[in-house]
Amino acid sequence: MTFRARHLLGIEHLAPQEIVTVLDLADRYVDLNRRTVKQSDVLAGMTQINMFFENSTRTQASFELAGKRLGADVMNMSVASSSVKKGETLIDTAMTLNAMHPDLLVVRHGSSGAVNLLASKVNCAVLNAGDGRHEHPTQALLDALTIRRAKGRIQRLTVAICGDIAHSRVARSNLILLGKMENRLRLIAPPTLMPPGVEDFGCELFDDMRKGLEGADVVMMLRLQNERMDGGFIPSSREYYHRYGLDAEKLAHAKPDAIVMHPGPMNRGVEIDGDLADDINRSVIQDQVEMGVAVRMACMDLLARNLRAERGRKIVGMMA
Amino acid sequence: MIIHLSNARLIDPEALTDAPGSLTIAKGVIGAINAPAPKGARIIDCGGMCLAPGIVDIGVKIGEPGERHKESFRSAGLAAAAGGVTTIIARPDTTPAIDTPEALEFVTRRAAESPVRIRHMAALTKGRDGHEMTEIGFLLDAGAIAFTDAARVSTDAKALSRAMTYARSLGALIGGHPQDPNLSAGASATSGKFASLRGIPAVSPMAERMGLERDLALVELTGARYHADQITTARALPALARAKDAGLDVTAGTSIHHLTLNELDVGDYRTFFKFTPPLRSEDDRLAMVEAVTSGLIDVISSMHTPADEESKRLPFEEAASGAVALETFLPAAMRIYHAGAIDLPTLIRAMTLNPARRLGLPQGRLSVGAPADLVLFDPDAPFLMDRFSLRSKSKNTPFDGARMEGKVLKTFVGGTLVYAAES
Repeated sequence: MTFRARHLLGIEHLAPQEIVTVLDLADRYVDLNRRTVKQSDVLAGMTQINMFFENSTRTQASFELAGKRLGADVMNMSVASSSVKKGETLIDTAMTLNAMHPDLLVVRHGSSGAVNLLASKVNCAVLNAGDGRHEHPTQALLDALTIRRAKGRIQRLTVAICGDIAHSRVARSNLILLGKMENRLRLIAPPTLMPPGVEDFGCELFDDMRKGLEGADVVMMLRLQNERMDGGFIPSSREYYHRYGLDAEKLAHAKPDAIVMHPGPMNRGVEIDGDLADDINRSVIQDQVEMGVAVRMACMDLLARNLRAERGRKIVGMMA
Repeated sequence: MIIHLSNARLIDPEALTDAPGSLTIAKGVIGAINAPAPKGARIIDCGGMCLAPGIVDIGVKIGEPGERHKESFRSAGLAAAAGGVTTIIARPDTTPAIDTPEALEFVTRRAAESPVRIRHMAALTKGRDGHEMTEIGFLLDAGAIAFTDAARVSTDAKALSRAMTYARSLGALIGGHPQDPNLSAGASATSGKFASLRGIPAVSPMAERMGLERDLALVELTGARYHADQITTARALPALARAKDAGLDVTAGTSIHHLTLNELDVGDYRTFFKFTPPLRSEDDRLAMVEAVTSGLIDVISSMHTPADEESKRLPFEEAASGAVALETFLPAAMRIYHAGAIDLPTLIRAMTLNPARRLGLPQGRLSVGAPADLVLFDPDAPFLMDRFSLRSKSKNTPFDGARMEGKVLKTFVGGTLVYAAES
């Protein structure tokens, strides 16, 4: 088993073997989560703090449940409405929490790189639950697990990522992960929502959705990030739906067994047809939510193991 | 007192020569070059080190008034002396802005604490808000050397054209910041692969060309004297060349950081590498070095911008822009010299003679009668940069921990020794 990371800040720093390690362990947690008694004690006695500088319901709930099922003491700090508003800096907040000796810190922040900054100032394990437009590593890992379980592999697939790539940390983490696992990547977006220079990441770019979907095994839809836009990227949501919304007709251009994914929350009728999203033969959107808890359990388990090993070494060092 | 600097390597930015020689300082000016030491002169053996005019640095931010905890005239002056900068041209983007003769008198008085010369630019518009011109005439009388709203760009072309027309009649120099403010709003990086990977809001390099083209059209319209503070992208250069060829009274500068660093240096969101405009691609950096070599870009500035620890210890997008640079200016410049991209006299010309000429100052020359503002430096001396060794009150340098070459040994202002390195 390989997993050396001290923090989980992004997919960028993970080796392919580490990704496989997370997915293998997560598979086992999927089984645990399907039992009636879901309790494990691998994080017993450890403290997990969820610090969300941006509001989130789904991700925060997923992390909270993951921690509780592993036996950790979980605390949620809704930082979006607390001392940060009183002018405290990110680093002061981090230092304050650090003094309370948490073991795992789960952080979401609206600025790219903010979680990296915070991780450099604390001595617990930090999990990035999304920073600005940068990365959202557990989302990419849960997507990978969903794909692997649906397709039987996470290599040599043609994956189309469609929608608001420019503002999406989900797209970035997925691009990096799927690239590392040697898949064929296609990005489909109106040119205003395609980040500059992205062609250098080794993917094909399309502004015609039908062409982009041709022969795809996996279709990943992204949410239109209205809150992260400063206006005027698309003419209207109805024109966007017409050209880039996924419906049965457009999906027919992909492989007949292509799966449909969405990180949620969905804007039905903007980027995806409601009926298609609910079609259990094509959509794995509910599976993604289930895999999310398992992947987060796996990540926290692995980080906690490294944390224990590191502290163990320190104690041995003190005794010697 | 007469000082005779013997055994020097004279870097003459006017004649563009680099040759062994000696120089005599008398009554605050250069009394003789390559003449025997006068009787009774204090003789300083330069040990074959480089002797050049002191640096004239256009666009230094000093924290007075408003932010003295970041930099005072005294701390900036000490840093300048240690960096071989003998004339600071201070920016008016203070709090409040230098937009009245009274404010200008205040900073002029405060500047007396500095061991090097300080001249002040004044704001072009009141409050730097881009709408109403300042009292350009009064400010000139009070000693303003140029007029600029620094990095704040007005979109009010009518107000600007009036201010530039008025300034032209008085012969005042206008400093512009070529950048389209709408296109660059909210950006902290240059758009491209790196910014996309890091997810940092970014601006196309085209925003600089658009800003420059607008300013140059206004210069053509009004006949104003214009200096672009920082050109940092290759795409802006043809517009600059066309304006110069057309005989417009236009010059341009670039910053030492855009000549020595590129966007990849930001790495893992290092805020000491956040600048306005942001660092560019390596291709752009090389194009800027070439433009300085060819003379298309006239001036290199440090764009010294002190920022305290708090304003840099923030997520990249929220952190302050800019770096302190008075003390690292010369060693950073030596990087492009040692890279073989430019010869020493041409490089020094962009840091001394060209800015002095543009501002109508007698400095920047190694000629008899010129002010004895001089720097003696060792272009090869290696050292490890430690930001806490800087004399500036703020320590925000991107060169912290970097291996650098080039050390200032002595600095003279008006014939007075204002800095001598510990030997």
